[in-house]
Amino acid sequence: MLIKLRGISKIYRIGVETVHALRTVDLDIGENEFVAIMGSSGSGKSTLMNILGCLDRPTEGEYRLDERRTDRMSSADLALVRNERIGFVFQSFELLSRATALRNVELPSIYARGDRKKDRRSRALAALDRVGLADRVHHRPNQLSGGQKQRVAIARALLNRPAILLADEPTGNLDSTTTADILGLFNRLHEEGQTVIIVTHEDEVAAHCRRVIRLHDGRVASDLPIEEDPAGRFIPQLAAGGSD
Amino acid sequence: MLYPSFWIQAIALAFSQIRANLGRSLLTALGIIVGVASVTAVIAALVGLKTKVLGEFESFGANRLFIFPDRPDDVPKNMYPWKDVRLKIEEVEAIELNCPSIRCLTPVTSLGMSAQFGDRLIEGLSVTGIRPAWHETENRAILSGRPFNSIDEANARQVCLVNESAIEELRLPNEPVGSHVLLGGRRYLVVGVVETIQSNMLGMNTSSTEVFVPFAIASRLKDDDFFFRIAAMIESPDLAGEAKSEVRFVLRKMRGLGPDDPDTFQVAAIDQFIDQFRALAAGITAIAGGIVGVSLLVGGIGIMNIMLVSVSERTREIGLRKAVGATPAAILLQFLLEAVVLCLVGGAMGVAVGEMLAFGLTLIPDAGLDEAHVPIWAIVMSFTFSAAVGLIFGMFPAIKASRLDPIDALRHE
Repeated sequence: MLIKLRGISKIYRIGVETVHALRTVDLDIGENEFVAIMGSSGSGKSTLMNILGCLDRPTEGEYRLDERRTDRMSSADLALVRNERIGFVFQSFELLSRATALRNVELPSIYARGDRKKDRRSRALAALDRVGLADRVHHRPNQLSGGQKQRVAIARALLNRPAILLADEPTGNLDSTTTADILGLFNRLHEEGQTVIIVTHEDEVAAHCRRVIRLHDGRVASDLPIEEDPAGRFIPQLAAGGSD
Repeated sequence: MLYPSFWIQAIALAFSQIRANLGRSLLTALGIIVGVASVTAVIAALVGLKTKVLGEFESFGANRLFIFPDRPDDVPKNMYPWKDVRLKIEEVEAIELNCPSIRCLTPVTSLGMSAQFGDRLIEGLSVTGIRPAWHETENRAILSGRPFNSIDEANARQVCLVNESAIEELRLPNEPVGSHVLLGGRRYLVVGVVETIQSNMLGMNTSSTEVFVPFAIASRLKDDDFFFRIAAMIESPDLAGEAKSEVRFVLRKMRGLGPDDPDTFQVAAIDQFIDQFRALAAGITAIAGGIVGVSLLVGGIGIMNIMLVSVSERTREIGLRKAVGATPAAILLQFLLEAVVLCLVGGAMGVAVGEMLAFGLTLIPDAGLDEAHVPIWAIVMSFTFSAAVGLIFGMFPAIKASRLDPIDALRHE
């Protein structure tokens, strides 16, 4: 199993108040799954994403990524795991405004270990090609549309061939046409074998995924294939076709 | 994370940050620029002064000794009346006779006289009375004519020596030997022309216009208690200490000074002046160092401030970098490098400004700084200090950046 969560809890102490963001969550996500994590604000989905993405450590429980326990790793080791195993896509793209698309995509490689640094340039170009931006390599973010920016961000996330592509509301800042484009891209990457996890609160977005995990009050409320989830009614026609 | 490409990227990023905020960066670096520029300029000036002064000391001769009257410090003036303190001719003779380390000596005194040649009249010209040994102690060449000899002194002949500037001032003929000059209303035969030494050291050879007469004449023209000093030549430079003790012994004995009485005269050799100058230069360096230290401190605080602003402005970027795998150490190094690069850029500009100032110093006429230049060690030191300021004052912001929580950083507005 690619991802294995056992009894994961996250407790924050804000002053005298104790907030249980996650309560003993058990979860398995296999290779090449296409998962939506859903939930309303305060449901714990952001906390879950942060733990899945190794940005945060659980208060309790066991997290195995690729059979390696990450819940007790040091921040430096977690950084290495993020660099090698996880590709992040954010709602607001988080591109470096003064760097070209190519430079942005290359960014993870400067923090990588030896063998991942080889052929940085060609890997970055390949990643940009994969997201359909081969002709925008030397453009800066302010010369790109919102959809193109998010494609650059996805290319950056793909650079080090991550085990998980973890997208946090990736279409939150995009219009509906571009949203469809980006979700189509995620779908294609999934069909190419990439494990994709999208955190969203929109059923329309979740409908592109194959499995929907709904959180409520820090617990997994439901974990169903898309066809059985309420979001299933939004399954787009072309999702069945599998191209963007 | 310490791979070469990380360093290259981090340094490139540091430069691009400086370029992106050029005005702000330059203003911030101003403290460093001013500090480094002033230290380089001061060092250049001191180096120039040292070269010049030590060179002059050198040409002055390391085997020279000066004896002059001096009241002891911290005692009432009336305990040592001038007539006891002043040097006397008998003392000159005694030193001449009893100090084997001294090769030769001459008393030297100066007096103001009117000088006239033809229609040309100069009032209050400083005329120096010397003995023939002066030619040896001063080692100054005779350009034409002859030096003073013992007959001039013994007979108090009315002869004089002039230098080139005196020829010009008095409008003497180009070949003045054989001409007569009126000094204080009496006729003096010009017997020789002495070379001019460009020197303004230690109150010797100060006047550019020089006229010399035999000491015997000068002493006759002065009051009984007139002041003179003694210029002497030591047998060899390493006998300076011995020569000094010999002179002290003779003078103390002649003056009847008891074992607990202080000297009422001073015996000075050139090494003493060199030591004094060195001490003075060291003092100036220390003061300049203090001032530079303060300006580097101020500059460093500016750097720290701007780096804190930079960390705060780029919080999201830091969050992103952490999300894609930057370790805390990588972030720390990146911001530290940025501060160091900023300081080094400031240091480089400071050295450039300092070089310009040093060049400007050489252009000041008569300042004695024409040898001023910035030595390599000062440039190396400037860069080292700049880098150190960057490291010290960049540390706190860099630590702050490295400790940012990636989740909070990415959420930062």
